[in-house]
Formats: sequence, structure tokens, C-alpha cells
Amino acid sequence: MSFDRLPARPGLGLKPQHYAQIIADKPELGFFEVHAENYMGEGGPPHRYLGAICEHYPLSLHGVGLSIGGQNALDQEHLQRLRRLVDQYRPESFSEHLAWSSHDEGYFNDLLPVPYTSETLHRVANHVDQVQQVLGRRMLLENPSTYVLFAESTIDEVDFLDAIVRRTGCGLLLDVNNVMVSAVNHRLDPHAYIDRFPIEHVGEIHLAGYDETTDEAGERLLIDAHGSRVRPDVFALYRHTIARTGALPTLIEWDNNVPGFDVLMDEVRLVDDVLAGTAEQRLAS
Amino acid sequence: MTSQRQFTTALIDPGRPVPQGLVSPRGTPDAKRFAVYRNNVHVSLVEAVAARFPVTRQLVGEEFFTGMARVYVGENKPQSPVMLHYGDSFPDFVAGFPPASTVPYLADVARLEAAWSDAYNAADHATLQVAELGAVPPQLLAEVILQLAPPTRFLRSRFPVGTIWSAHQARPVVIPAVKGGECVLLTRPAADVRVTVIPSADLAFLEFVQQGKSLSEAAEAVLTSFPDFDPGAALVGLAGLGAFAVSQAGASK
Repeated sequence: MSFDRLPARPGLGLKPQHYAQIIADKPELGFFEVHAENYMGEGGPPHRYLGAICEHYPLSLHGVGLSIGGQNALDQEHLQRLRRLVDQYRPESFSEHLAWSSHDEGYFNDLLPVPYTSETLHRVANHVDQVQQVLGRRMLLENPSTYVLFAESTIDEVDFLDAIVRRTGCGLLLDVNNVMVSAVNHRLDPHAYIDRFPIEHVGEIHLAGYDETTDEAGERLLIDAHGSRVRPDVFALYRHTIARTGALPTLIEWDNNVPGFDVLMDEVRLVDDVLAGTAEQRLAS
Repeated sequence: MTSQRQFTTALIDPGRPVPQGLVSPRGTPDAKRFAVYRNNVHVSLVEAVAARFPVTRQLVGEEFFTGMARVYVGENKPQSPVMLHYGDSFPDFVAGFPPASTVPYLADVARLEAAWSDAYNAADHATLQVAELGAVPPQLLAEVILQLAPPTRFLRSRFPVGTIWSAHQARPVVIPAVKGGECVLLTRPAADVRVTVIPSADLAFLEFVQQGKSLSEAAEAVLTSFPDFDPGAALVGLAGLGAFAVSQAGASK
């Protein structure tokens, strides 16, 4: 089946433990998202299942390892691997992070923060240009969750993302949980962040659950954990976002302590209610 | 300016202070904030190793395994964002990890698990069917050079690792009383990986086939060490398990 874009409906991250159930039950869902790097093996069951699932659902390919915010040049080998996946599965969306994860010592398997300066803006924009050129398509860049600030930063995060969009023509992936995590961690107003965000460029929304701890001063420190239900304050912020943007493809991310598929579908129904509410509002107005 | 080199140096060495220029909203360095990154890296890499070596982990328990994996992760960072191959060197690390020496078969179980995930992710390729072998005229069969199917892996152990591994695929785990070494073959005859304990002679035969010997050369080489070896039975058995690829060379002869 071919789709031209992700529908403005809820989607789920695809997990191997749910492959068989999804193929058997064909749950009501707008799309599935996979981490690109998990499908960079040469063959075998992961590709067989993904191929079968793509017959029925639009696909969002979400990279976690390209290190777009890295000081070093982009890993061309990795970019080619992404290209092969894009050519093979023709996903309706490709997204990556405003972060870095590789340096000379190797790959760190985490999304590390980038300072916001004219120098890093130039570098990230160049990297996004390269990705879009090699993949032959527009990508979405995701706002990060961060735990520290850079003293050297001179540009606000929303302005930084907006400038990347203007320079490269890329779209944005708005992770509402990341907005909450960073806003609480850096004592900013999450609603103000959403209100300033260039929503006309948002192609997808992410939702996830956070964990909570404290920093050295004993103040709240939220961790982007992807291991629980979406927290109520993030859901409220999501409603606020959707009221502004209208319905958008919305992914529930749950990567750690992955629950049974029914629990994920409970989360999907909550998202569905928010998106349906927007549709009703639009009909009424 | 905080370079990514400064960041990563502090990331992998918990003894170092927070890199200069990284601050909390109060404008001061905050070790607990930076520790989130250290923890994310460490925990996610340990989890990646645990996910690839689940039986190894069950054999020593979660606490011991996590401690061992932490040491491994500290010394071995992934060299690629494709994490499917992370842990290739873990079995050797286990073999040389002194506290694990009380479980002498642990490293070989880890080898089997590394081979399992390699077989799982290997390229798709049609496997040679027994019927296709039967279609080759007997006088030509001896000269056929077979290729192993991409997922085919095998290992030889002084311990019954195939039995130990298989016992951990069911609940409750009941390990049969077996002694002595085992040779284990991993194949992907259809959709999924299959783990089979095979005779030592069959494994030797596979090794010779892998080296590019023709079927008759491989059989003769095995017979020097295993006089009772039955090449025909071994060939049919191994082909039935999906060990061989359909190769142009084999088909055209």
C-alpha cells in the first residue's frame, strides 16, 4: 500500500515483541515509527516483519544515530545506510535529532546537547542540507530534551530551530515531552515555548513519559525516560499544542520497560480523543 | 567554549569534574545534571549488551551480569551507531573476566548468543533444498562446491552449550544432566533462527566447505579424523537444516 504522508492520527513505536500481534490483529492506528538503526541488519525477521507491517500502515523512519549536532563531519557510511533504508521502505516521514551522539571515541547511544551559537547554527544547517540532499527528501528535525545549559549559547532554542528551518527548508518534529523536560529543567515556561514554536513547519508530534529526580540544589530535574505513560502535565501541554496546530500525526514513544500492546493502545485512545476534539471544534466553527 | 572532546572525556570518566561552560539555570556547574548523561550512556549500553546475551545473564544473575557488563562497557564503546553488532567482543571479554571463571562455560554460551543474533540479522538468501542436491547427477555431486547460507554459524565447545542454551528457552528452566562438549549449528532455514547440536564430524565438514573445498575433498578431509563419517547422511542432514546457500556455481555444475 502506498501513502503520501503520515496521517494526523496517533502512531506507535514498533517493538519486536509486538510484531506478531500487530500482523494478526491490525490495530486501528495512523502509523508506526521505527528507529532506523534497528533495521540496519542485512536481513532476517526484522525486515520481514517491517515489510509486512508497511503493507498496512504508513511508516515514520526515525534516526537516532546520525549525530547531526556533531562537531565532526557527518558519517557518510551511516548516511548511505539511511538512504538504503529510505529507498527500501519509502517511509512517509524521516526525522532525526538536534543532538550529537558520536565522537572520536565512538558512539555513545545517547542524544547529547548542542550549544546554540552562530557557529553551531551554521554547522547543523550544513548537516541538515547534506542529509536532505543524500536522502532526496525533506527531513524533520526534533527539539531536544536537555539537562544542562551551555554558558556560550547566544541563541534561544526556538529561534535556533526556526533559523535551521529557514536555511534548509527542513520541517520540525515537536516532542512535547522534551519541551516539558527542558522547560522544567531550565526554569522556562513550556506553554510560552509552544506558543513561540514555528508550528507551520511541524510534521509530527512525539509524546512520552518522563522520570523525575532533583539536581544539586534539590530542584526538580526531569529525565526523558520513555518508560511510562505520558504524564498528565505533558498531556495538558499536548492539548494546548493541538489547539494551536490542529490535528497532527502524534507518536507515543515507549522504549524502556515496554508494556503489553493493550497498554499502548490505551495511550493511543487518549491521543485519539484530543485529535477528535480538534476535528469537532473545526466542524463546529 | 565547551568542545565535544571535553564533553566526552568527562562523559566516560566519572572521576572528572563537569566540563567548563556547562551550567544549570543558576549559572553554576551541577554534577547531578551532568551525571544524567553519564548514566544514560552507561545504562543504555549495559542494556544493549544484556539484550544480546539474555541466557548469559540468566546464568550469572542480573547483579553479577550488570557488574560485568559495566566493566565491558567502560572499556568498549560502540564504534558504530548500528548497535546490532555491539558486543561482538563480549564473549572474549567474559572468557578473560576473572570473577566469571567459576562458570567455565559462560563465555561459550555468550559465543552462541552472539552467533544467534548474527544469524538473526544476516542477509536473506534462498537455502539449498535437499531435493536440489538429489537432482545433481551423482558423478557430478563430488565436484560441487557449496556455499554456506549467510545466517549459518557454528561453534565447538568443551561444554554442552547447545543443551544449556536450549534449556533456557523454556520456563521453568530445567537443565538436563549432560556432560562433555557439544558442537552447535545455527541456521535460518525458514523464518527463524534454528539452533541444533550436531556431530563433531559434521562441524568439521562444514568448516571444510566454508574453506571452499568440493564435497568430495571435504568428505575425505573429515574421514581422516572421523573414519565412521557418512558424508551423504551429513550432507542431507545439514542441507535439511538450511546450512547451505543456493549458489550459481553449485547449480551450474
